[in-house]
Amino acid sequence: MTAIANNSAAAPLTIDGVIIDDAELKKRLDKAMFRSRFRAFLLVLPLLLFIVFSFILPIAYFLMQGIYDSSFSSKMPEVTKSLKDWDAVSEPTEEMYAALAADLRVVSANKTIGRVATRVNREFPGSRSLFTSTGRSISKLEAPYKESLVKKKKKWADIRVWQGMKTASRTWTPGYYAAAVDLKLNADGSIDQQVEKRRIHIKLFLRTLKISFLVTLFCVVLGYPIAFLLATLPVRTSNLLLILVLLPFWTSILVRTTAWIAMLQSQGVVNDLLVYFGVTDDGSRYSLIYNQLGTLIAMTHILLPFMVLPLYSVMKGIPPSYMRAAKSLGATNWTAFWRVYAPQTIPGIGAGGILVFIVAIGYYITPALVGGQEGSMISNFIDSHMRQTLNWNLAAALGGVLLFVVLIFYWLYDRIVGIDNMKLG
Amino acid sequence: MIKVTTLLAAGIAVAAGAANAADSITVVSWGGAYTKSQVEAYHKPWMAATGNTVVSEDYNGGLAEVKAQVEAGNVKWDLVDVELSDAVRGCDEGLLETISIEDFPAGADGTAAKDDFLPGTFHECAVANIVWSTIYAYDSTKVTGGTPSTIADFFDTAKYPGKRGLRKNPKANLEMALMADGVAADEVYEVLETEEGIERALAKLDSIKADVVWWEAGAQPPQLLADGEVVMTTAYNGRIFNAVASEDKPFEIVWDGQIWDLDLWVMPKGAPNKEAAMDFMKYSTGTEALAAQASWISYGPARKSSGSLVGSFHNKPELKMASHMPTAPANLTNALQNNFEFWADNQDQLNEQFNAWLAK
Amino acid sequence: MAIPAYAGWGERLWYYTFRFLCGLIFLFLISPILIVLPLSFNAENYFSFTPGMLGLDPDAFSLRHYKDILTNGMANPERLTGWWSDAWNNAQWIRSMRNSFFIGFFATIIATVLGTLAAVGLSRSEMPFKKKIMALLISPMIVPLVITGAGIFRGFSDGARLINSFGAWLADFGGPLTWIGNWLNEFELVYTHLGVILSHAVLGTPFVIITVTATLVGFDQSLVRAAYGMGATPLRTFFKVQMPLILPGVISGALFAFVTSFDEVVVVIAMASVEQRTIPRQMFSGIREQISPTILAVATILVVLSIALLATLELIRRRGERLRGVTPA
Repeated sequence: MTAIANNSAAAPLTIDGVIIDDAELKKRLDKAMFRSRFRAFLLVLPLLLFIVFSFILPIAYFLMQGIYDSSFSSKMPEVTKSLKDWDAVSEPTEEMYAALAADLRVVSANKTIGRVATRVNREFPGSRSLFTSTGRSISKLEAPYKESLVKKKKKWADIRVWQGMKTASRTWTPGYYAAAVDLKLNADGSIDQQVEKRRIHIKLFLRTLKISFLVTLFCVVLGYPIAFLLATLPVRTSNLLLILVLLPFWTSILVRTTAWIAMLQSQGVVNDLLVYFGVTDDGSRYSLIYNQLGTLIAMTHILLPFMVLPLYSVMKGIPPSYMRAAKSLGATNWTAFWRVYAPQTIPGIGAGGILVFIVAIGYYITPALVGGQEGSMISNFIDSHMRQTLNWNLAAALGGVLLFVVLIFYWLYDRIVGIDNMKLG
Repeated sequence: MIKVTTLLAAGIAVAAGAANAADSITVVSWGGAYTKSQVEAYHKPWMAATGNTVVSEDYNGGLAEVKAQVEAGNVKWDLVDVELSDAVRGCDEGLLETISIEDFPAGADGTAAKDDFLPGTFHECAVANIVWSTIYAYDSTKVTGGTPSTIADFFDTAKYPGKRGLRKNPKANLEMALMADGVAADEVYEVLETEEGIERALAKLDSIKADVVWWEAGAQPPQLLADGEVVMTTAYNGRIFNAVASEDKPFEIVWDGQIWDLDLWVMPKGAPNKEAAMDFMKYSTGTEALAAQASWISYGPARKSSGSLVGSFHNKPELKMASHMPTAPANLTNALQNNFEFWADNQDQLNEQFNAWLAK
Repeated sequence: MAIPAYAGWGERLWYYTFRFLCGLIFLFLISPILIVLPLSFNAENYFSFTPGMLGLDPDAFSLRHYKDILTNGMANPERLTGWWSDAWNNAQWIRSMRNSFFIGFFATIIATVLGTLAAVGLSRSEMPFKKKIMALLISPMIVPLVITGAGIFRGFSDGARLINSFGAWLADFGGPLTWIGNWLNEFELVYTHLGVILSHAVLGTPFVIITVTATLVGFDQSLVRAAYGMGATPLRTFFKVQMPLILPGVISGALFAFVTSFDEVVVVIAMASVEQRTIPRQMFSGIREQISPTILAVATILVVLSIALLATLELIRRRGERLRGVTPA
């Protein structure tokens, strides 16, 4: 194989005593190349399939729910059809009421009326019981439906209920992504800004970015000196000190978070020490945890090794002679460091910093346990939509926005550091 | 390599042991002292009587897990202890099995089940076991400025300085804020129906927001009080009672402005051990089991026939339970029943608004 | 960075200040981990130091929280006979420990085998779309876990439904197909050990790829060609030539994968029922609900485990250096 490759310029050539021309050679070369490419690819294929089927496709499927919602349209097909041509402002017609009554009969019989009600309630709060109570006495409903429905519950004449249903009846909807950035989809398809007291997501995204940025900054500020120390000390000492970085790195995040609760709570070690040294008195201990400060401290601690280790490996590679040369040329210590040493460590700061930032931005456990209210991040909010308010569609839309931000930084990381240069420990 | 072999051996041993026992039901409840009372009063006697086992799991309320399991078509939970609004909502969404009161045994005094259960405690998909209440409690050794006695005192950080604990949820907080702001208990939900009412409640909460530590699990408030993180906190009355009764904590409950509610058993649709779980449901809501539970925690039984059997705390004969129940007349002078329909209707919107308020 | 003899007082001052600051940062790194050790022996049910503990009063220390790990959840903790099997089968922490090792072990095997193969393929110069595929394979490490958890949960539960209906269709054919079909019809991923293992394997593979690729960077491809030239089969070449060199990378990748699984909680929250509960999951709900020193006792055990792990890694590193002929300075 190699022989062919090396001699491809020279022709004609014999293999096994057979003379072959250029075209034949090229064909064989291509074939050999293809075979070796294919063999390399075959090695990667099992993992590729595994990742695609257990990771990429599931996440794509989940994110699709951010724009796809059939919870109304699949259960209320008649109304959905009749709402399609409705202009969202004129009075609903008898046909629309009849379609509604027909659908309500079905969903109340198969006990899915609650899901329909929940869906419309998201668009027009307070309409939930309208559906469920109507469903309970649906058997007594007779034509003309407009009259009998309105007689049963006056609210059925409220156009906002119908507008809510029209918005809910969209199967493919930009509504959840709009909500994820504090906008609101109206029944007629226009998009407005959400009323001020219900705007929250932009604020949360900004807070998440702020916390991640601060954590990254703290990691650089705290990580740089010790990486420098580790890189310049004799190997025997630095190996010992390196344990102090590696031990936290290999210790469970849950353990470290628990430890910080023991340290920072109001009866905790830090407050005890502050009281002992007279910084504060027993009655006015500091709130160091269950707030943003708690999140910042614990996350910095957890992510600091991700900063120190890449920085350390970069600094190890900088020959000490450079600094010495600078100094012998007359530079002060500071100039030598700032003009000669520091610029060479920038790749390490970049690698560690972006990695810390990417991990921080999607962090869930630590903010959930020590963040309290003001220290919680967008991941916690996505989780609460998954597991408390049960609005999986909105969770998917928020997740989509978060993933987009993360992928931008992943791309940046690849551009600046290169994914194949990622190192651990 | 030796390590790998040992690991492998350990892995196989674990795999062999991972098979689960037959006739085992998973019962999910709120954890801590409350689950403990259920284990003592329901699980243990039932296991002894039937030979089945109960696996107990904790959760923090809500329908999320039930919905996830039912929609995944792979239900793991047999019985779940839920709040009334969730029971109603879950039933409407078709997530729960329906039950019939005719199948439930009569009370110990012979009263038929449908007359024995307190009004409003039996539903299409759910049967109540206890009446519980959200109250506020304080640490009498740490509170300064006098003895708090009204719901308004909770919001008065000028007179009673110190941190406050509140559940990270609009439910109960909005009602308490309005009552503290002078709204009569029977008008609270009327006021909350309006935008101004919600604004008013949030404004009242605003007055203490800077001092609030938010809690999520029922076991947290007594912990927050014990650790000195807060001087006063809202809590489930039984949790505070237990911290006082079994750990001698210096906590006091203020019943003024209490909001009482029901806890009910529901069975997720497609529960794996339906028959055994149904048997457990009937057993645990029987007269004796409910009365026995009341000797472990101060929650009122949902059956009338259990009332006369309620005695004293399980290991303190001198501690009579009756006066610690949410339903004791002295505790009901200014009390509010949680309006499940209001919350079923407005939960989503109020959660959203509450979260936005929190993030402000 | 020893301070030279000719340094002026300013330099000296800076030198010691710098060392002092570094000492503080090391203290920040290590003190929380050390603090859990004594606290876990607290005789009280508190999470903070009692006056007795500070006074080194022996009565203020006890092993009760370690006992609690063994007994919590046992059917009959007082019983003397059959105590071990009761603890093994019923104690909550023991059960979660078994789950953690079981899940971690199989997730590591899957991640290591697939990850090593892929890394070998990716390090070949002729590999097509190298960077793009690498980016895709590393992505489980950077996608926020909440998204991964929700995605895998939704994907696996509906994916299993698809497999079920395929099984039902297959079962109609009769013969062995019926048997396979029925088996597929019962197939579940969500709330099973298999489902958690697969999702943890996904999370572990990037680490294996990264560590193995790193050991292959300096790998001389002519060694492989030499082996081929001497008539070795590809398989033999892999095991005899490449494997010894990448072994340190494979082992440390496997350790990373194991620790990732052992420490993971977000995906477990989404994917596991009480039967698959792992140690971190148990700790998570413990911290959220009631912080008892039992959690500190568990934490202490985990710290001891990570020290053991660190020692193993160090041994591997030294062995690797010896093999490459690098002498530790």
